Amino acid sequence: MLEAFNFRVILEYMPLYGKCFLATLWLSGLSLLGAILVGIIACAMRLSQSRFMSSAAGVYIESIRSTPLLAQLYFFYFGLPSLGVMLPEWVTGVIALTLNSGAYYAEIIRAGIQAIHSGQIEAGIASGLSYFQRMSYIILPQALGMTIRPMLGQAIILVKDSSLLSLISIVELTRAGQLLTSDRFMPAEGFLTTAAFYLIIYYLLKAFSSWSEKRLIFREAH
Amino acid sequence: MWGFYFNQLMQSLPFFLKGLWMTVAVSGLSLIAGTIVGFICGIMRATGHRILRAIIGAWVDLIRGTPFLVQVFIIFFILPSAGIELAAFPAAVIALSNLTASFICEIVAGGIMAVPKGQREAATSSGLSDYQQLRYIVLPQAMRTIMPPLVGQYVLLIKDSSVVSAIGVVDITRVGWLTVQRIPEGLMVFGLVGLLYFAICYPLINLSGYLERRMTVVTTKL
Repeated sequence: MLEAFNFRVILEYMPLYGKCFLATLWLSGLSLLGAILVGIIACAMRLSQSRFMSSAAGVYIESIRSTPLLAQLYFFYFGLPSLGVMLPEWVTGVIALTLNSGAYYAEIIRAGIQAIHSGQIEAGIASGLSYFQRMSYIILPQALGMTIRPMLGQAIILVKDSSLLSLISIVELTRAGQLLTSDRFMPAEGFLTTAAFYLIIYYLLKAFSSWSEKRLIFREAH
Repeated sequence: MWGFYFNQLMQSLPFFLKGLWMTVAVSGLSLIAGTIVGFICGIMRATGHRILRAIIGAWVDLIRGTPFLVQVFIIFFILPSAGIELAAFPAAVIALSNLTASFICEIVAGGIMAVPKGQREAATSSGLSDYQQLRYIVLPQAMRTIMPPLVGQYVLLIKDSSVVSAIGVVDITRVGWLTVQRIPEGLMVFGLVGLLYFAICYPLINLSGYLERRMTVVTTKL
């Protein structure tokens, strides 16, 4: 199989792959920023005193987590036009990815906040710190340290999930593989090159994840 | 108009149930195969030879680092050029089993390594063989760590099975895609698709959370 592997064709398609690699990067980067924002808001709602806010966030998180991303993507892709909302494909894709990962980020952040011992928060209240001060000096620094690894893990999942955008005809890495396959009938060259590009992102994020674990995590002394 | 489309949708309900059955079939077969292979690989990764561990680790990285959609395309489009012709259904089951096995492998290996070393040393000095140690000492304790993420992995498996609709397996997502061509109410059609997934996944997610709460309360301190 390898002797038939045509590197010349891959080289010829490299500009396309480069463009698509960048497309994957910025589509998932944009969705990542949005997802973290949505996650913070959903988590704040989930943990709020108001029952209505809390259950609204709960419904959002549970319904996202129990349905596949592809079904959500099609829900927006076919559903928004039937409501009369016409958006470019990539906007639909970013919305779906953002809302999907946002629910997971909400859970990750919640786990991080709830892992902080309630005695610390009580101590903060007793020392007269305001809600904002408690958040920014006690809760968030520790929660960030504890959640950085699952957050990066979710970022890896997000990058991989962005491959589904190719199914609503957004041109990104997976689509590049499909294009090469359909142009030249070379599925091996097409999809293995695509896989290699994803692996680059994966290994970079993984290396960053293990570096950050060494550097950024404040371990509690037992 | 909504009423008309709703009736149409209700008429194609048997079609959706067929899709549901296909999703259950694909996920069920992959669940069984993935669990068996995953446990074997996980045990080897935790206790096997150094080289064997490195090989399994590389395999896990390759599967984790690439999107599932790309893996499905590789299995479905590239294997035929190597002489292995696969229909969509077996290709889907192979891809999904492979994915599940790699994740379960990591869960099982993590669970086994979390068992304190003293347990194993005590077993060795009581004269238990390697197999007996694994069967009676290590695995029963490791199962406590393994069970919650294992059930969580099954939820991911069912959700990931939606991706195989891309190669033409007529599962729930594919049925939704086909239906939306006739009934142009994306919100309604994919709302139903989401509901069907929700019905399978939500109980499993709760089971996973329940197991996590139950299993983490009791820990043997050594």
